Amino acid sequence: MNKVKAAEIGAEGIGKTFGTFAALKDVSLTIGRGEFLTLLGPSGSGKTTFLMVLAGFEAATSGHLTLDGADMTGMPAEARAFGMVFQGYALFPHMTVEQNIAFPLKVQGRSTNDITRRVAEMVEMVGLGGHGHKRPSGLSGGQQQRVALARALAYDPPVLLLDEPFSALDKNLRGQMQDEVRRLHRELGTTFVFVTHDQSEALALSSRVAIFERGVLQQVAAPKHVYERPANRFVAEFLGDINILPLSDVTTSGSGSKATFEGQSLQITGDPGAPGQSLAVRPEHMALQMTAPAGGNAIAANLRDLTYLGAQTQLTLSTPGNVPLMLSMPTAALPSGLTPNAQVWVAWPDDQGRFL
Amino acid sequence: MPRISRPALLLVPLLGFMVLTYLVPFLGIVQWSVTLPEPGLDQYRAALSDPLVLSVFLRTFRICAVVTAVSVASADMITVLWVRGSPAQRLAVELCILIPFWISVLTRAFGWLALLSTKGILNTWSQSLGLLSEPLTMVRNEFGVIVGMAHFLIPFAAFPLASAMRTVDERILLAARGMGASRSRVFFQVFVPMTAAGILGAGLVVFVFALGFFVTPAILGGGRSVMAAELIYLRVFQSPNWGLAAAISVVMMVGVGGLLALLMRQARPAVPK
Repeated sequence: MNKVKAAEIGAEGIGKTFGTFAALKDVSLTIGRGEFLTLLGPSGSGKTTFLMVLAGFEAATSGHLTLDGADMTGMPAEARAFGMVFQGYALFPHMTVEQNIAFPLKVQGRSTNDITRRVAEMVEMVGLGGHGHKRPSGLSGGQQQRVALARALAYDPPVLLLDEPFSALDKNLRGQMQDEVRRLHRELGTTFVFVTHDQSEALALSSRVAIFERGVLQQVAAPKHVYERPANRFVAEFLGDINILPLSDVTTSGSGSKATFEGQSLQITGDPGAPGQSLAVRPEHMALQMTAPAGGNAIAANLRDLTYLGAQTQLTLSTPGNVPLMLSMPTAALPSGLTPNAQVWVAWPDDQGRFL
Repeated sequence: MPRISRPALLLVPLLGFMVLTYLVPFLGIVQWSVTLPEPGLDQYRAALSDPLVLSVFLRTFRICAVVTAVSVASADMITVLWVRGSPAQRLAVELCILIPFWISVLTRAFGWLALLSTKGILNTWSQSLGLLSEPLTMVRNEFGVIVGMAHFLIPFAAFPLASAMRTVDERILLAARGMGASRSRVFFQVFVPMTAAGILGAGLVVFVFALGFFVTPAILGGGRSVMAAELIYLRVFQSPNWGLAAAISVVMMVGVGGLLALLMRQARPAVPK
């Protein structure tokens, strides 16, 4: 379809203050043509404010924005005309599904025939055939969000902005809608900017994830990159679960690093990043051993609790120095007779850890 | 006998009060209209054929329609500021809406007289500034009546409008703007239809209220723009014909009741839930 319309957006030192509160601090970022970028962060991190600045609903206090290289800092929202999908759907309650989708086309002054054809096409594209004459109040939440998507995409906007569009939906529906959005992005090739606080949603959908905290852009990279090579402790802890071990006596040589954790010597090889004072290891890379293993890294721990999650069981442990650890393992692989307070070993390969 | 729930009993005092002070006297007026000076429907025939009475009805309807349009449109504009403005704007609008409630209708009518009459402040100032050579006639006519009535009724229109506007999700308006719609398109094609229930409610309140206006038209109309309420007063106290006054009252009541019923019926399906 219309692949040429996707735009590239540049943000350069964007700051936004509300009174004395700095919602955004010096955010610089380029959103590539046709990219699916997710803005991820806890609530109050500035991700939604950044989206509102991109849309033109909020003016940045400092910095500037570009659209395909041309300045758009002062351009009003209606001139940018980026598609927008909100959490609360924001459909026009007094219009039918078809009239909602036709609205932006009428704004563009398209011909009646063109509008009718395009509306029918969009209704089909989002799987709402037969619902065209209904009012939004007659539709389910998922259907309403489909209408919102169809309306925002009908006029081929250069950029589609989505503000936590699925957080009001239940889990199954959310999964369906995520697939739907991914498919629409693939088919249309428009630049998508998607705000969420749900890290698994961000990892599943995006070509890149931009992680915000307290108004600061912490890291922007592909999902695999931010998960496996987090830039800092916040990113490491925000994305999935992670165990963080404070280190001492860190020494680095050509073949890797050595460090000490609670008197236990550890090997750190592979690609652990620049040496730091902590080692971060994802729970999925850690394994439970009943006795001290021969090779690799291993630390002694006390089992605190087991949480049965069906296929997986989550284990909560702590080291003699009271550093909390958690790991999850297949329930079927659980050693028999494992009960809280058992003394166990937690082991992981040398190359599965990152310095923070 | 069906059981009456206890909370419903709380309505009894109000209901009793309405029956005693409103329904019973109104039935008395209906009785006058068909018995004074003699039994029959003569007074209705007179009310509906007398050119003077008909012209008063027509004028009343016209003035009320204009006042309703002016009041609701003005109230809509200030209410947008009241609901969506900055905190300072909200406070300013709130004061503008509330302060008039503390000033009697009589004081306000004389206030407009002082402003608008041929020797009033507006005319004398404009003349001394050389903006006008002859004074403009702004009172003792329909213009004065409309200004005075709209001034009184704008705050009453603001309340139903504000409650309708407060239910509009800001994001719907943002979504429309985000799709490239100009501010005037967002206002007329999205905001106005979404607040239609409030606009209709405000219009009804103002129109019905306006129909019964007595003091303001009497003062600012100066006896030339007589409206229905003033005519009824004249027929009761000055050139007594109680039967005719009663018949005019009943015709007004039935007319207003019919109009309300029609509007409610038309509006019901369009009011979004």
